[in-house]
Amino acid sequence: MSNASETAVEMTGVHKWYGAFHALKDINLKVARGERIVICGPSGSGKSTLIRCINRLEEHQRGRIIVDGVEVTDDLRNIDKVRRDVGMVFQQFNLFPHLTVLENCTLAPIWVRRIRKKDAEEIAMRYLERVRIPEQAGKYPGQLSGGQQQRVAIARALCMSPKIMLFDEPTSALDPEMVKEVLDTMVALARDGMTMIVVSHEMGFAREVANRVVFMDEGQIIEMNEPEAFFSSPQHERTKLFLSQIL
Amino acid sequence: MSDIPANADFVRLQLSASLPPPGKGARQGRWNLFSGWLNTALTLLCLYLIWLLVWPAVKFIFIDAVWTGASREACLAETAGRAVGACWPFIAAKFSQFIYGFYPEGGRWRVDLTFLLSAALLLPLLIPRLPYKGANALVFFGIFPIAAFFLLVGGGFGLPYVETRSWGGLLITLVVAVTGIVVSLPLGILLALARRSAMPAVQAAAVIFIEFWRGVPLIAVLFFATYMLPLFLPPTWSIDALLRVLVGVALFASAYMAEVVRGGLQAIPRGQYEAASALGLGYAATMGLVILPQALRLVIPGIVNIFIGLFKDTTLVLTVAIFDLLGQLRAAFADPNWASPATLFTGFAFAGLIYFVFCFGMSRYSLFVERRLCTEHSRDVE
Repeated sequence: MSNASETAVEMTGVHKWYGAFHALKDINLKVARGERIVICGPSGSGKSTLIRCINRLEEHQRGRIIVDGVEVTDDLRNIDKVRRDVGMVFQQFNLFPHLTVLENCTLAPIWVRRIRKKDAEEIAMRYLERVRIPEQAGKYPGQLSGGQQQRVAIARALCMSPKIMLFDEPTSALDPEMVKEVLDTMVALARDGMTMIVVSHEMGFAREVANRVVFMDEGQIIEMNEPEAFFSSPQHERTKLFLSQIL
Repeated sequence: MSDIPANADFVRLQLSASLPPPGKGARQGRWNLFSGWLNTALTLLCLYLIWLLVWPAVKFIFIDAVWTGASREACLAETAGRAVGACWPFIAAKFSQFIYGFYPEGGRWRVDLTFLLSAALLLPLLIPRLPYKGANALVFFGIFPIAAFFLLVGGGFGLPYVETRSWGGLLITLVVAVTGIVVSLPLGILLALARRSAMPAVQAAAVIFIEFWRGVPLIAVLFFATYMLPLFLPPTWSIDALLRVLVGVALFASAYMAEVVRGGLQAIPRGQYEAASALGLGYAATMGLVILPQALRLVIPGIVNIFIGLFKDTTLVLTVAIFDLLGQLRAAFADPNWASPATLFTGFAFAGLIYFVFCFGMSRYSLFVERRLCTEHSRDVE
């Protein structure tokens, strides 16, 4: 707690099991305010589980997770507090299909932050402009392309003015031509100084904006380094193998 | 630009424009009813079968029908001097009995006013274009039931008390059906949510409730409510017989409703819950704003199915001596003044028509709602 203002997320000795399966093993990760972390690794390595523990979409069984000075525990008030300050973007977008783009963006500000509808819509339009789709505000998610939907999802998360943004493979479900528009949005967000934890295999993005790259396998952090060093001189055999297969 | 590059197998030089789709005049739109000797034979056979069914009905209801008269005499073949179909004067003479039962004649305006009020409040609620849906729903579901209760039962505001035993006919049918429908939907939703609750006690209570009501036949519920419940309750507790039946029907329908709604809840992907949680929405907001609006529109066909079934099941109250539309009909058959060979068929044709109008109306309206919600989300809508 000593330097809570400097630390956005601190995970100490975190373990997680799904039944008998040990999904996260002794995770220690400290993310400073304004820092951008990219997490990569083979499928099933626990990357998604790790970031989903941060806003308690998954429950960890051992260790401590402190988000912006609040410890994530069973205490519902703490969980609420954390979720208000942590935005999340999913692989499958998870927009609400029965609401328009604008309503998707204003739902949480109105019902969680208790902002007046008019103000919430103003804020939402500002973020929709920032992800460059204000003209789609009146449409339903089903009428948009995958890339547009993911940008709406980013805007929806930003409308809650989060301090930390989590991205869970945000471009994995997109057609190749749409990956860039989403990545551009994320790069712009990074330039504005947002604290970001991104699960992704977009190595170009990692090189461009990440402060650190984390490589995971079998539920553990195998290697962690600055992007330049991580890509040019990986230390662990498993990292070398992984990089040789995706680059 | 016009040269084909030598290093490619094929390069399109000009994109082709989009063409309109082939019209209805083409082969696929054609009627195949007479497109071969077998199809022609089948078509003729079907037309013949339809004729066999429809012609006698038309003949009975319209052509041979007796339209005027004061008693059974008019509907007898001997007096009419011809084959006699439906005996419509019977319906005309008994019409008010079919609608009001034995509701005191001087107070029937109260029933009319209730019908009128419900129509005036329900229709604007059903027409999507009209404004003030929230206020309208509040009045219909919150204030109207109380107003209807005082109007129909009386005992206050200068209205004489009318005991429910004298109610009957369509009034009973609609009171039972509407109460069942209006209570079973919210109660069913609560039960469905409870059944999916993470709290074991809540879940177990919901499972027991649902399985109990689904496990007993409605007739048994009605018998129990009418004849056995008074034996268990202290004699000073006199609960109105109709009220007991209403509660029984509503609980019975809610159990079915709960399972239909649960089906809808299960169809919602986990990602929707996760997105709502990640945004900080609590349980009530997640369910009320994100999950239920999607789940309920998925199960509209199932919900309306229950409504229609419930509407027709109201006829079972006849077995516990409550005379709904069908009950009044049967009572009217006993009138010797109208005993004729056609009376029975006429009565059932009339009752069938009324039930059909209500059920068909519900069915068509649900299709309209489905189509409307569907087009709202389709990709092609601009």
